[in-house]
Amino acid sequence: MSTLAAGLPARTTRQVRLATREPILLRAGVAIVAIGFLMLFLIVPLVAIFVEALSSGLGVYLAALREPDARSAIRLTLLTAAIAVPLNMVFGVAAAWAVTRFDFRGKGILITLIDMPFAVSPVISGLIYVLLFGLHGWLGPWLKAQDIQIIFAVPGIVLATIFVTFPFVARELIPLMQSQGAEEEESALVLGASGWQTFLRVTLPNIKWALLYGVILCNARAMGEFGAVSVVSGHIRGLTNTVPLHVEILYNEYNFAAAFAVASILTLLALLTLVARSLVEWKSRRAVPKHATLPEGEP
Amino acid sequence: MKSSTTAIGQVALLACILVTALPTSIQAGELTILNVSYDPTRELYQEFNTAFAETWKQSSGQTVTVRQSHGGAAKQARAVIDGLEADVVTLALAYDIDEIHRHGELIARDWQSRLPNNSSPYTSTIVFLVRKGNPRGIHDWDDLARPGISVITPNPKTSGGARWNYLAAWGFALRTFDNDDAKAKAFVGEIIRHVPVWDSGARGATTTFVQRGIGDVLLTWENEALLAIEKIGNDRVEIIRPSVSILAEPPVAVVDKVVDARGTREVATAYLKFLYSNAGQEIVARHHYRPRTTEILAKYKNKFPPMRLFTIDEVFGGWDKAQARHFADGGVFDQLLRTPPAP
Repeated sequence: MSTLAAGLPARTTRQVRLATREPILLRAGVAIVAIGFLMLFLIVPLVAIFVEALSSGLGVYLAALREPDARSAIRLTLLTAAIAVPLNMVFGVAAAWAVTRFDFRGKGILITLIDMPFAVSPVISGLIYVLLFGLHGWLGPWLKAQDIQIIFAVPGIVLATIFVTFPFVARELIPLMQSQGAEEEESALVLGASGWQTFLRVTLPNIKWALLYGVILCNARAMGEFGAVSVVSGHIRGLTNTVPLHVEILYNEYNFAAAFAVASILTLLALLTLVARSLVEWKSRRAVPKHATLPEGEP
Repeated sequence: MKSSTTAIGQVALLACILVTALPTSIQAGELTILNVSYDPTRELYQEFNTAFAETWKQSSGQTVTVRQSHGGAAKQARAVIDGLEADVVTLALAYDIDEIHRHGELIARDWQSRLPNNSSPYTSTIVFLVRKGNPRGIHDWDDLARPGISVITPNPKTSGGARWNYLAAWGFALRTFDNDDAKAKAFVGEIIRHVPVWDSGARGATTTFVQRGIGDVLLTWENEALLAIEKIGNDRVEIIRPSVSILAEPPVAVVDKVVDARGTREVATAYLKFLYSNAGQEIVARHHYRPRTTEILAKYKNKFPPMRLFTIDEVFGGWDKAQARHFADGGVFDQLLRTPPAP
C-alpha cells in the first residue's frame, strides 16, 4: 500500500490541474453549442430572409417595395412610430421621475401597471380597444354618433401600438434613476436652479443614454408589432395595413419573394436597432467615468 | 465584398423609401368603397375591382376606388359587427352575413333575396388535392378513412372552408350508409383521426400541404386547389374530384347602415350587380370560382367538369342547424375529436 501513499500527492496535483482544465473544455463545448444555436436559430433565418427576398432578382425586390400598398404600409408604420415613440418617451420620463423621486401611496401599483403591457398577450391589448371603441363597445355608439372612427383606422393602430410599447422607456429609466439617487438634483435645487433647469441640466444628462436605449427598443417594437395591431387594423389594403401585416398578406398570396422583400425592411430595422444599441452601450460605458465616482476595481 | 455592396445598396434603398414615403398624404374627396371579404378571394377581387372601376367610370363618370380587406370569414364578419365600415361584404357563408344582421341590424333581414341566386354570384365545392400521380390512390371520400392516409384540413372551429370539408364528408357518408346517422358519425370520426395538424385557415392548410409537404391529401375549395396549381405548378400536385360533394355558395351583400350613412348605396349595389354581368362572371371563372351564367360556364367546362353536388339545406336543413349541431362548443365535432380510435 506504499504506492498509494506515494501516489497521493501526485494525484492531488493532477486533480487540481484537471479542475482548472476541465472548465476550459466545458467552456469550449458550451461555446460551440451556443454558437451552433445562434447560427441555427438566428443567423440562418436572417440570411434566409435576404436570400429569399433577392431570389427573384433585384428588380422584383425593388418592385415589391415600390408597390403602392407596400409604400402605404411603410408610411403607416413610420407614422405610427412617429406618434407612439415620442409620447412614450415623455410618459416614460415622467413615470420614472415620479416613481424614483417621490414617495406616494400606490407607487407599487403604478410600477405594476407600467409593466402590464409586457404581461398581457398582444391580442388582448388589441381586443381591449375593440371592447372600448367597437360599435358595440362602451364608447362605440357615442363615437359613431360623432362620426369618429377609432378602431379599424389609424387612431386605433396608434393606440394599440402605444399600449404595447408603453413600458420600454420607463423600464430602462427606473433602475438607473433609483441607483443614481436624487443628491445631484437636490444640490442643483439648493443652489437655486428651477425645476425645469434641474431637469435639463442635471437629470437629462445623467439619464440620456438609458433614455436613448429605451427609445430605440420602443421604436423597434412599435414598428414590428403584429398581434395587437392585427386585431384593430381591419386589414384594409393601402389604408390600415402596417409593414408586419403587409408581410403576412403577401406571404398568404403565394407572393413569397415580395413578402421576404418587405420582411427584409423589418429585418434591416432590427439590425440597425442592434447597431444603435451597441453604440449607445459603448458610448454610455465611456460616459460613466465622467459622472460616476465609483472606486476602481469595484464590480 | 458582394454582400457588403448589397448591404450598402439596401441601406440606400431604405433611405430612398423613407424619402418617397413621407410626403404623400391620404387623398380625400374621392369616391371609395370598402369590400370586406374572406381569404381565398384576394386575387379575384384584385382584378374585379379594377374592371369595376373602369365600368363605373364609363357609366357615371366618377372615379371609384374599391378597397379590400381579407381574413378568415368569421373574423371579418366580427370586424364588421365591431365597426369596420364595409360598404359590401363578400363572405364564405350565409351564416356570417346572418350574424352581421343579428348584431345591430347592419344588414337588413331580407338580404339574401335582394340579388339573384341566393345572393351568391359564384359557387365552389370541396375537392381533393393529392401529390402528383396520386401515389396513395385516393379517389373518393371513403379512401380518406383507409388506414395510413394522412388528411390535411383546417380546423372547423376557426375556418369556414373546414366546415364545408366536414359537412361534405358527412353528406357522402349519409348517402353511402342510407342516411344512417350513427354510421356517418363514425365515418367522419375516422377521417378526423387521420388529421395530423389543424391549421386555422384554408390558406394555411394549403401551405402545410404544398409547401411543407405534410399529408397525403388536402381537402379544400375547388378554387383554392386550382389557384395552388396555378401558383405552384401542376408538377407537384393534382386535383381529384370525389363522386359527390357539397355546393358552396359564398354570398355577397350591401351593408345597409354603412352605405346609407356614407351615401354609397348606388355604387355599392352596382358593384355587386357587376359580379353577375358577363364581364364579372368571366373574371370569376378565371379566378377559379364556378360562374352562375351558363354561357360562361360552358366556356370553362374543362376547368369545371360537372359534379354531383348537394346543398347544405337539403342535407343539414341550413347553416343554423348545421352550426348548432356540429360546430357549437360540445357539438358533434368536439365529441368526435375526443373520441379515442376504435379498438
